[in-house]
Amino acid sequence: MKLIDILQTANSNMFRSRLRTFLTIIAIFIGAFTLTLTNGIGAGVASYIDEQLGNIGAKDMLIIQPKNSNPFGESTSTPQKYEEGQSVTNTGGISMTLLNQNDLDKIRSTPGIVSADFDISVAPNYISGPNSDKFKFTASSYYDGVNISLKAGSIPNNHTDEKQILLTSDFPTVLGFESPEKAIGQNVSVGIKTPTGEQKVVYAKVVGVQEKTLMSMGGLQLNSPLISELHTLQTEGLPADATNKQPIITARFDQSLNDKQLEQLKKTLNEKGYNAITIEDQIGIIKQVIDAVIAVLNFFAGIALLAASFGIVNTLLMAVQERTKEIGLMKAMGMSSRKVFLLFSTEAMLLGFWGSLIGSLAGVTVGLVANKVATDTFLKDLVGFELTSFPLLSIFVIMFIIMMIAFLAGTLPARRASKKDPIEALRYE
Amino acid sequence: MWVSSQPNTEAKSIVKIDVLIYNSRNHMSVISAKKITRVYGKKESAFKALDNINLDIKQGESIAIIGKSGSGKSTLMHLLALLDTPTSGSLFINDQDSGKLSKKELDNLRNQSFGFVFQQFFLNSNNSVLENVILPLKIAGMDRKDRTKRGLEALRSVDLADKAKNKASDLSGGQKQRVCIARALINNPSIIFADEPTGNLDSQTGNKIENLLFKLNKEQGITLIIVTHDDELAKRCSRQINLKDGKVINRGKK
Repeated sequence: MKLIDILQTANSNMFRSRLRTFLTIIAIFIGAFTLTLTNGIGAGVASYIDEQLGNIGAKDMLIIQPKNSNPFGESTSTPQKYEEGQSVTNTGGISMTLLNQNDLDKIRSTPGIVSADFDISVAPNYISGPNSDKFKFTASSYYDGVNISLKAGSIPNNHTDEKQILLTSDFPTVLGFESPEKAIGQNVSVGIKTPTGEQKVVYAKVVGVQEKTLMSMGGLQLNSPLISELHTLQTEGLPADATNKQPIITARFDQSLNDKQLEQLKKTLNEKGYNAITIEDQIGIIKQVIDAVIAVLNFFAGIALLAASFGIVNTLLMAVQERTKEIGLMKAMGMSSRKVFLLFSTEAMLLGFWGSLIGSLAGVTVGLVANKVATDTFLKDLVGFELTSFPLLSIFVIMFIIMMIAFLAGTLPARRASKKDPIEALRYE
Repeated sequence: MWVSSQPNTEAKSIVKIDVLIYNSRNHMSVISAKKITRVYGKKESAFKALDNINLDIKQGESIAIIGKSGSGKSTLMHLLALLDTPTSGSLFINDQDSGKLSKKELDNLRNQSFGFVFQQFFLNSNNSVLENVILPLKIAGMDRKDRTKRGLEALRSVDLADKAKNKASDLSGGQKQRVCIARALINNPSIIFADEPTGNLDSQTGNKIENLLFKLNKEQGITLIIVTHDDELAKRCSRQINLKDGKVINRGKK
């Protein structure tokens, strides 16, 4: 029997008992549907995170904090010993050890580190544009090498004397610009208070407007001349010892380092008493959470498929029983046991094929609808965010895996069919 | 002479079988059984269904295997049709020892040279008449176009060409058995095995089926091996093999 005939015969055999086939396919459908949807969400979120990885910071950047410190502040679970000369800052109950010039020198002298600087935090009061309305905002430093999705203009330049600012897409209109494009090249004023309470104003040039993204929630990005100017004003009159302290040092490492060498560098810094993480490590935490959720959902899909495979076994065992005489006849007419086996395992794979095809299509449809709803509503501000993503290859992989599961489930009934003795089978009542 | 150790690709074995048929027509002995015994079960529960049977069937003969139920006539037919293997003794098909053939060669031999007609028809009621008839060709791996052509020819020879597209379940008993004969004919077999071919039919319809079978025997020289209870049918055959308790008790000629 030719392969095409086996395929056609198996397909028409499958539809002999329509209800039974339908019920078996439903079980496979559920598994395929879940797998497609979870993987679609996984792929959608992962691709967005990958994209954002470039948005938040350069890949060669290390965020360095004192050891025992983490982004959420000092752990208070066990009392830490105070070391002479350490400075601590306390914001809203979260205390952080500060780094000083001595730490900066130590980090700069570490092999593999290209440059290191304090991550200067400034707290301006307001930003104001042509309509003179004052708005509060959060300022953060612009780091070289950061990928930014721009709506208009260009990225800030750190290697200039000009004070530059990058707005997010919702600022130009409230500040009184006609459009984001019209804001480019215009000056805005940034207000900041000195330690004595004196209000000072710094003018900065708008160089660009960026799309709002998950990672741009940090605020408006300022180039280093603007940051230093604001910092100078903010610390005006304070002794140098009080100003040269920051909770975070950002460093650039040699980009030619491979993963192993990078790990070594982190370890060296760790031994010196610092906790160094890359942007990828930071994002990795979010990714791990999402991956874990997807793994759990996939596990449930796996259980659905396991149950479905027993359904396939059951359905085909009944089919083999029903078609005993037919099998006997075909064997009497010279059909080999191998071909009989192939006929029934093909039928199993076809059950898997139809179940996974319909399940994947339904999964993709539901995923796309959910994506449309999500991006139109609660994810509206996150331009470029796709809740789900369905690469064709991954759907094929899912279908292939399900067909393999179906094939394995089909081997038991197919083997039983192939072992039938034609004489016994023809005599079967 | 056919050497069984030759490579057994499908194409080659078809050629081999053609050579076999050619050889057999020279020797005129299509099936030859030498001291075949078939024992079911083991040791104490052993039961001899066939005991030391010697048989020689020539091309173009029509043989009736008769006997009461339990006499071993079905067992004999199954052995001759290569559906079963004897416990001892040897069976020669076209002068070739069947015990030396591989499973695949046995399958091919049944597919290419044998036709089967059963009392219970064994038609697939979901499929069309044509689909049922071309099953042996489908198993042989023939192209759809060729097998449809041959299927229609075979149906024409049993006067059922107009029913080709009907469902098998829509036919009467006699028509069903004619479809079975068309199915047995389609591969141009040298032997047709018929197990109680008229057992499920009324005598008038049964007669028509008998006439059809003997017409094929006379006109195309197809060897008939018929297992039957029916004395009338047995008498129409050129030779009767009467079995009792697994032994041949007479070998009457017409």
